[in-house]
Amino acid sequence: MQELFQQLANGIAWGSIYALIALGYTMVYGILRLINFAHGDVYMVGAFAAYYLAIATGAGGAAASLPMALLVLLGSMLVCALVGMLIEFLAYRPVRRSSRLTALITAIGVSLFLENVGLRVFGADPKFFPQLIPPKRITLAGGIMVTNHQITVVVVSILLMVALTLFIQRTKTGKAMRAVAFHRDAASLMGIPVNRIITITFAIGSALAAAAGVLVGLTNPKIEPLMGIMPGIKAFVAAVLGGIGSIPGAVIGGLVMGVSEYLVVGYVSSTYRDAIAFVILILVLLIRPAGLLGRNVAEKV
Amino acid sequence: MSGPLLELKRVTRAFGGLRAVADLDFILDPGLLAGLIGPNGAGKTTVFNLITGVYAPTSGEIRFEGKRVDGRATSSIARAGIARTFQNPRIFAGLTCLDNVRIACHTHAGAGLLDSILATGRSAKEEADILARSEGLLHSFALDGYRDTLAGGLPYGEQRRLEIARALAAEPRLLLLDEPAAGLNPHETQALMRLIHDVRDRYKLTVLLIEHDMKVVMGICERITVLDYGVCIAEGVPAAIRSNPKVIEAYLGDAV
Amino acid sequence: MSPRKSSFARGLLWVAAALALSLGVDRLAVQWINPYFYRILVLCGLNVMLALSLNLVNGITGQFSIGHAGFMAVGAYASAAFTVYAVPQLFGVGPDASGLVIVGPLLLALLVGGLTSAAAGFLVGLPSMRLRGDYLAIVTLGFGEIIRVVILNIDAVGGARGFAGIPRRTDLAWVIAGALTTWVVLRNVLRSYHGRAFLAIREDEIAAEALGVPTTRYKVTAFVIAAFFAGVAGALFAHYTYLHTNSFTFMKSIEVIVMVVLGGMGSLLGSVLGATVLTALPEALRFASSERLIIYSLLLIVLMIARPQGILGKTEGKRGK
Repeated sequence: MQELFQQLANGIAWGSIYALIALGYTMVYGILRLINFAHGDVYMVGAFAAYYLAIATGAGGAAASLPMALLVLLGSMLVCALVGMLIEFLAYRPVRRSSRLTALITAIGVSLFLENVGLRVFGADPKFFPQLIPPKRITLAGGIMVTNHQITVVVVSILLMVALTLFIQRTKTGKAMRAVAFHRDAASLMGIPVNRIITITFAIGSALAAAAGVLVGLTNPKIEPLMGIMPGIKAFVAAVLGGIGSIPGAVIGGLVMGVSEYLVVGYVSSTYRDAIAFVILILVLLIRPAGLLGRNVAEKV
Repeated sequence: MSGPLLELKRVTRAFGGLRAVADLDFILDPGLLAGLIGPNGAGKTTVFNLITGVYAPTSGEIRFEGKRVDGRATSSIARAGIARTFQNPRIFAGLTCLDNVRIACHTHAGAGLLDSILATGRSAKEEADILARSEGLLHSFALDGYRDTLAGGLPYGEQRRLEIARALAAEPRLLLLDEPAAGLNPHETQALMRLIHDVRDRYKLTVLLIEHDMKVVMGICERITVLDYGVCIAEGVPAAIRSNPKVIEAYLGDAV
Repeated sequence: MSPRKSSFARGLLWVAAALALSLGVDRLAVQWINPYFYRILVLCGLNVMLALSLNLVNGITGQFSIGHAGFMAVGAYASAAFTVYAVPQLFGVGPDASGLVIVGPLLLALLVGGLTSAAAGFLVGLPSMRLRGDYLAIVTLGFGEIIRVVILNIDAVGGARGFAGIPRRTDLAWVIAGALTTWVVLRNVLRSYHGRAFLAIREDEIAAEALGVPTTRYKVTAFVIAAFFAGVAGALFAHYTYLHTNSFTFMKSIEVIVMVVLGGMGSLLGSVLGATVLTALPEALRFASSERLIIYSLLLIVLMIARPQGILGKTEGKRGK
């Protein structure tokens, strides 16, 4: 029983990471109907941006402190927001009016580009993420062991998700984002600056992915240029599971993915750790393609 | 053939709480050129979609030549003898006009995929048949000049004609035309009216058309059914419909 | 002679000519070309088969299949298992056999590979065909990965160590014959009613359905045919060189997609062109692996922005004949 709760705790921590990445997928899909294959690689860029920032500012190791860690986090989020906006402007905007397959292939191209440039620039050898916060073990009720890193991950994730939800629901820009996701042309006719909204969406999504990258650096310090592939795919499955286009869906999906992954690793075998994601994906697509919270939009004849 | 060609019995189609078509009874006799009219949102295209199997009725029956067709797949209903055109012409823009028509020509001789792969004599003969039929249709519709042109490059009026020619290639017994005059100028509309009449006579079809252009409806339809909010509010010959107070109210509303 | 008989005789003549061509080219190549380039020609021929078959699904029928390597893997492993485990028992042809006696068993192995892969195509295609475009893409991607992981865990075919002990039986002649067969079959299909039906589905599925084309059935058929040829290509590959699941990753699927897109989706000749260029070029330029991929990815992006219809465009020739 304790084993179960332990795995659940681990799963929730990981699930929060997936949720943060999934939010980016779901927002971009909601607004552009595009599966941004490159999103997982933006997460990788975030981790590396934080790595280099930490080294440059000396935030790791002896000088570890909360303000410094925050600085690294925000810095990396800013870098990735810029990267996301750049990708949208250079690669996705020109193909916005083209067919879906064209956009999909473009996204695949961007993903490959980021991965291989990363390999070239950062080198294929894994780097070790500096310790922004000294690790500590904490024992919760029932004998469950977690690290302060895992708690940080969950807390930061919750804060970011709440901030995002408030932004989407309460601000004018957030409302505009929802309008563009609902019906792009109608929104544009209403005077909403669609291009700017799309840019902002990419910026926010990429910033969240960067945050995920930094948080992962905390808990799993080994980072390398291809680290975004698997989490990217799993986060995408999470977004589909929750209902692609739905923000609460992405959160729920992320948590489910994280928990099921740890349950499989704990109770079945770790070789199927990655396969479970695809099995979930195929089940979702065959049984309920709209996902848990999504709506099925049929084509008008 | 005895009995109506097409019969809708108490057909209802609901989308969530909205009944786009409510308890509709509709009969179409063979050989008729009939019209289906009503204000926007009355459910006319939904009726077409129900007949052609795009939607299954929430309740009720649809019979074509006596056999039930509700719930069947669209392609199977099309092969049973019902062809349609769409509100915006759905021609295959990236294919030539000849290919557009050829696609609708069903295989009769039963040459299957294997025959095509092995390029047998049977498939060659069938291809020749299809080619002849298609070229004939293009000629009848004065589209020979566009034979090898990509359909997307045709002027709007020609695209509409192509869509009708293509529908006829499927050798239907019932032809459904969804707003065929939309976007045409008065001159083209006149030509269209003659065309529809000729087509009905020459190919011995039954035609049901949806239209907003009253000149067309009153000009060529022999019987008119009027829908409003998914319900049939009037049915009869053009003269009767024209002076029917319920019809006038439906179109002009209470504000007048 | 009746038309039926004369077209049959004509067909036979063409087959004989194709065989002669394949054998001839192979003999010449063995004589005059060094083994490194010979290998490139073989890989080129296999990629032509992959690109042509993928084109049927993505280019001609307009669907989104991005897991083609998975079908290649199924064909490769099924045929290899057949040759290693069944052939010695059934035909007494062991791994050391050579000469004419291997032709029959190899042909059978190719068929086994192709048909197994076709069955996989059917299983994947049937439930997926009602999914919207990008969802179908993801399912095919998922299938490709699952297949790889499953094969990796089957010890009887070597698992993570790769499948050792497969006799090397195919050569350039077989590959050329395979590529020619794929080309001819797809060209004949494209010229027929069925080919036009595939194209109609690409252009406007709803209109196609309204004209009597059973679209789901056709989409699955395209999938199955494509899977068959990918499987045969995989089988040829398995009997030529070291077999390991690393040859069938998502990257391989991407490479085939780039070949199809570069050549022109919907153009069979384009796929041949794309496959040839993209097999020969990287080898000729000898880039380190990561540079090649950087250029690949940029090529993809630029292609999609500037000329999404590829070199030869969307249809075979001007008339969709």
